[in-house]
Amino acid sequence: MSILSAKNVTKRFGGLVAVGNLNIDLEEGSIVSIIGPNGAGKTTFFNCVTGFYQVTEGEILFDGQSLNHRSTDLITRLGISRTYQNIRLFANMTTIENILVGEHPHLKTFWAEAIFRTPRFLKEEKDAEAEARRLLRYVGLAGLGDSLARNLPYGAQRRLEIARALASKPKLLLLDEPTAGMNPNESAEMMRFIKNLRDDLGITILLIEHDMRVVMGISEHIHVLDFGQKIAEGSPKEIQRNPRVIEAYLGRGAASGLEKQTDGISATV
Amino acid sequence: MQRRLQNINYLDFVLWFIRVSIIVFVAWGTIATLLDNPYSADVWVNFTVLGLAQGSMYALIAIGYTLVYGVLFMINFAHGEFFMSGIMTATVFIAGPLSASGYLNNHPVISLLLILVVSMITSVGVAILTERVAYRPLRKAPRLVPLITALGASTFLQYTFRGLFGSEVKPFPQVEALSGKISFLGTEILQTQMVVIIATVIMLVGLYLFVMRTKTGKAIRAVAEDKDVAALMGIDVDRTIAITFALGASMAGAAGVLYALVFRQVHFYMGFLPGLKAFTAAVLGGIGSIPGAAVGGLFLGIFESVGPPLFLDGLNVPAYHQLKDVITFTLLVLVLIFRPQGIVGERLAEKKA
Amino acid sequence: MSNEKKFTLRNAINQGLLAGLITTLISTVGMVELFSQRQLIAGVMTMAQLFIFLIPALISFQTARKAPKNSILLFSAVTSFFASLPVLVLILLASTFGLRRFLINVSPSLIETLTFGQGPLVGSLILVLATTAVGVAAAFVDQMDEKIRKPILAGLMWTILVGTFSEILQERLRAFFGIGFTNLIIKSKALQPVAALIFLVVVTAISYFWQQRGDSIKKGLASQSATQRRNMTYAQRIAFFVLLLILPLLLGSYLSEVTNNVGIYVLMGLGLNIVVGFAGLLDLGYVAFFAIGAYVMAILTSEGFLGVAQTSFWLALPVSVITAVIAGILLGTPVLRMRGDYLAIVTLGFGEIIRIMANSDLLKPYIGGAQGVLQIPKPSFFGTSLIQPGQLYYVVLAGVLLAWFVSTRLSNSRLGRQWMAMREDEDVAEAMGINLVNTKLLAFAIGAGFSGLSGAIFASKLTSIFPHSFNLLISINVLSLIIVGGMGSLPGVVVGSLILVGLPELLREFAEFRPWMYGALLIVMMLAKPEGFWPSAIQKRELHADEESPPVEEVAAAD
Ligand SMILES: Nc1ncnc2c1ncn2[C@@H]1O[C@H](COP(=O)(O)OP(=O)(O)O)[C@@H](O)[C@H]1O
Ligand SMILES: [Mg+2]
Repeated sequence: MSILSAKNVTKRFGGLVAVGNLNIDLEEGSIVSIIGPNGAGKTTFFNCVTGFYQVTEGEILFDGQSLNHRSTDLITRLGISRTYQNIRLFANMTTIENILVGEHPHLKTFWAEAIFRTPRFLKEEKDAEAEARRLLRYVGLAGLGDSLARNLPYGAQRRLEIARALASKPKLLLLDEPTAGMNPNESAEMMRFIKNLRDDLGITILLIEHDMRVVMGISEHIHVLDFGQKIAEGSPKEIQRNPRVIEAYLGRGAASGLEKQTDGISATV
Repeated sequence: MQRRLQNINYLDFVLWFIRVSIIVFVAWGTIATLLDNPYSADVWVNFTVLGLAQGSMYALIAIGYTLVYGVLFMINFAHGEFFMSGIMTATVFIAGPLSASGYLNNHPVISLLLILVVSMITSVGVAILTERVAYRPLRKAPRLVPLITALGASTFLQYTFRGLFGSEVKPFPQVEALSGKISFLGTEILQTQMVVIIATVIMLVGLYLFVMRTKTGKAIRAVAEDKDVAALMGIDVDRTIAITFALGASMAGAAGVLYALVFRQVHFYMGFLPGLKAFTAAVLGGIGSIPGAAVGGLFLGIFESVGPPLFLDGLNVPAYHQLKDVITFTLLVLVLIFRPQGIVGERLAEKKA
Repeated sequence: MSNEKKFTLRNAINQGLLAGLITTLISTVGMVELFSQRQLIAGVMTMAQLFIFLIPALISFQTARKAPKNSILLFSAVTSFFASLPVLVLILLASTFGLRRFLINVSPSLIETLTFGQGPLVGSLILVLATTAVGVAAAFVDQMDEKIRKPILAGLMWTILVGTFSEILQERLRAFFGIGFTNLIIKSKALQPVAALIFLVVVTAISYFWQQRGDSIKKGLASQSATQRRNMTYAQRIAFFVLLLILPLLLGSYLSEVTNNVGIYVLMGLGLNIVVGFAGLLDLGYVAFFAIGAYVMAILTSEGFLGVAQTSFWLALPVSVITAVIAGILLGTPVLRMRGDYLAIVTLGFGEIIRIMANSDLLKPYIGGAQGVLQIPKPSFFGTSLIQPGQLYYVVLAGVLLAWFVSTRLSNSRLGRQWMAMREDEDVAEAMGINLVNTKLLAFAIGAGFSGLSGAIFASKLTSIFPHSFNLLISINVLSLIIVGGMGSLPGVVVGSLILVGLPELLREFAEFRPWMYGALLIVMMLAKPEGFWPSAIQKRELHADEESPPVEEVAAAD
């Protein structure tokens, strides 16, 4: 059964159609990629799924429930969690605190219990911290619990962001260019890590990738966007052979390589 | 699931409740006043002209907020103090001595021009200094930080001028050439008010042309659009931002002179309320837009002068003029809550990720 | 890519002129003259003179650090020489043109102060020479070995402090040691020269030896086990509480009164700290809740004609707090979707609305308009009315401890993390499942509650309240003290209140210049020390992230 399905989703900004009439279905437990050149509308789609934006037209269903008009925090509580293209950690909090914030949807105690330090509160905090340390180990950052997120090296920040996303125990994980800014070796390792994630935890993964080569190895299914429209979908093999994809990429290949460097900047303003 | 949505509903509910109760309140007050009919049509016209004159000053001050917000996305709390500093200095150093020597009334035009120039130059000087010291070094800091320094600069400037010129209200001399009334559209209006309105129109048009037509104006708009790109195109961003501050401050300095002409007194604290109200005006017109600031200022001026008698008189509120500022602040709050993009403006971009 | 350009004589001159302009500004706005009556050291130095020389000295210090190694003294001499020039210009202008007509504070007595009472010519010469000498001396001190420099600076600082507060100290010393002994040290409100010298030498010596021994003590500490260390902090803590409890006895009535005022601001500061420091919501209308707390207390307890119930303080207290909390939620709700700067303006608008309403004829029959509410009784405790500041102190202390306790507990909990995350990045926080509405409202509500508590105590402490006590400056004051102490830091609130409320109360001349100082401090702090004087743990970690600090201390601090 499909865990996420986007039905004719359109997102417009004024006259600009960032995402046009998009249909996507995700099989539970699969790894699916969205690829496409810069500005294709990939991140915008993620923003629509997570409630950062309201879709202009169409509907997104998660586990059969409509996500339209749902606020971001409620969507997270339903079991969707994400990372960001330009890393958005809580820079001045420690790594452990970042993950603890991620665990938020599963913490139950009332704020007044914190004032009186009820046994329930103490136990919950202890468990939460243990869980956070476990996650930290899981993403390979053991021992870095007390350093500030902003002081971590780039690769570690990416991992921490994933750990934070995992902390909410999502059923669906959205990864926005998890290998951006990494060298081929690091990218390959990140891809292995993502694959393990699915294999170990059974989480469905939807990831945005810019770079086709990297993505081919792990995706079971690929959607290709260009100018907000889906121009192709299929298995990696099919995509590789698709003439429209090749044109969209190679035709503007040089340009997209250039854009990629400035992406981080333009995305933050 | 429905239960979890409660919080959103709570917020929407409260906002709707506020909307409805304000509308009911205003409508009720207005109808009651109109039925009561305490003032003649002449009085209402006078209220409106007074409001226009007051609104002109708001418009001129609002330009500064809008320009700075346009380029820096920052509310320059100290802008009201730019307004104050110019006219305070001009009053103490120029208007006072000129009036004492009788020169002011013998040569009103030259004197007023001199006052205007000194006021504008002082405001610009204070603005450039403030920008250089308190804002420029913090351009990359988190948004809260320049806001705090702006607040600090505002307080600091107020009390600096208090220290320099004293805490008491200073009279601004009466200019006899402007003291009469003239008839306009069938009613008598004060000459000063006329002067204020005309001067404002000239300044606003001049400013608009400057920003739209000159090279510097284009640079300002480029920086407002995107600082990085502007820098790549060879624009000196720091200089342009300083010019933007100067431009806004010069308008504020001019507004100060008009204020002094109308109210005939100056005071170290005089920048606070007009500053806040001009900010309201800028938001009303859609912050970042120059025509918007002008329209917003005029609208606010009229609203403020017509509003209290119109809404409150019929409700038998005692001494309703005391609540003039409450009405303005309420308008400010309501606009920021319900239409932060301004009455005419477009919706600002949604949050980004 | 080094932006450390060479520091030339030109830079030195510029620095000097800058210092001179600042000194001139301080003089023209009236600060210098105001302090010309306050003797730091009897017959030797007034506070005004300290102001004249302080900034040139500080800037020379700076110059000495940047100047080329072989000509440090020359550079600082140039700097401080030029620092005296703007002041000189002021003196000349004032004595030839009669600047006073325009600049109200450029009075003959200011000029007399600036020229040390020696007339414009000789006085100017003295000023130039003395400023230069002070600058060179500062550079000289700067060049000393750190082992010597630090004790000397400590000695100077403490001597100046003692001199500054000699009036208070005199009163306290008399209370404990009698007049005869006190007169040896402080006579007619001024530190005696000999005593000052001895004090300087003693403090310098102590801090020198302390520093020598300090290293070995630190080593000793490091070798202790964690439990030993914790025991020590327990011991310290108990000592600290005992000190807090007996404080009024040590301070006497006047200082207790000052302490109470500081405490009122600490309480407000702790509340605003939650809103601004923890949750990152810049609330400039914070005084509104203080006002609400005060008015509710006033109306409920007043024995005047505006009082409605004449209830006891203790009954009215929770009502005040709850009303403030409700107001916090009501005023907080409409601004929930607003960000940063708009929030600041709207809350400022709310604050003004509340103040104008309190002042208006509309509400006059209920809350007294500009005449305020009178005849509010002081709190009583088991029948004794707490009239003395030293008694009221315990009420303030209890309030502060409560707010402190709640703040610490919350900041180390899930809610504290929610606030922090929201402050860092609102969108992402929401995407972590955090309900922004609840999280913000809780911050507003708790902050308003503390402020209301503070206001209630304030009302019954003053026994009458007026709308003009609740103006924007209070909000700015509280914001400043949070920033000076360090945003998000609880000890910072106390430090900030001591500096911004305590000091000016002790130096009453400051009263007029308090807002001026706050304004300057807000700018200077943001430019130079945005983390404040006592940064919160987070910010500390942020600053010392590369020094591997063991988490042991944090564990100890957390419980
Ligand atoms: N908040 C917004 N307002 C206006 N335009 C936007 C906004 N967010 C994205 N866009 C536009 O939508 C298009 C798609 O952007 P995006 O989804 O970020 O592309 P990408 O595929 O590189 O992630 C771009 O042209 C971008 O400029
Ligand atoms: Mg993208």
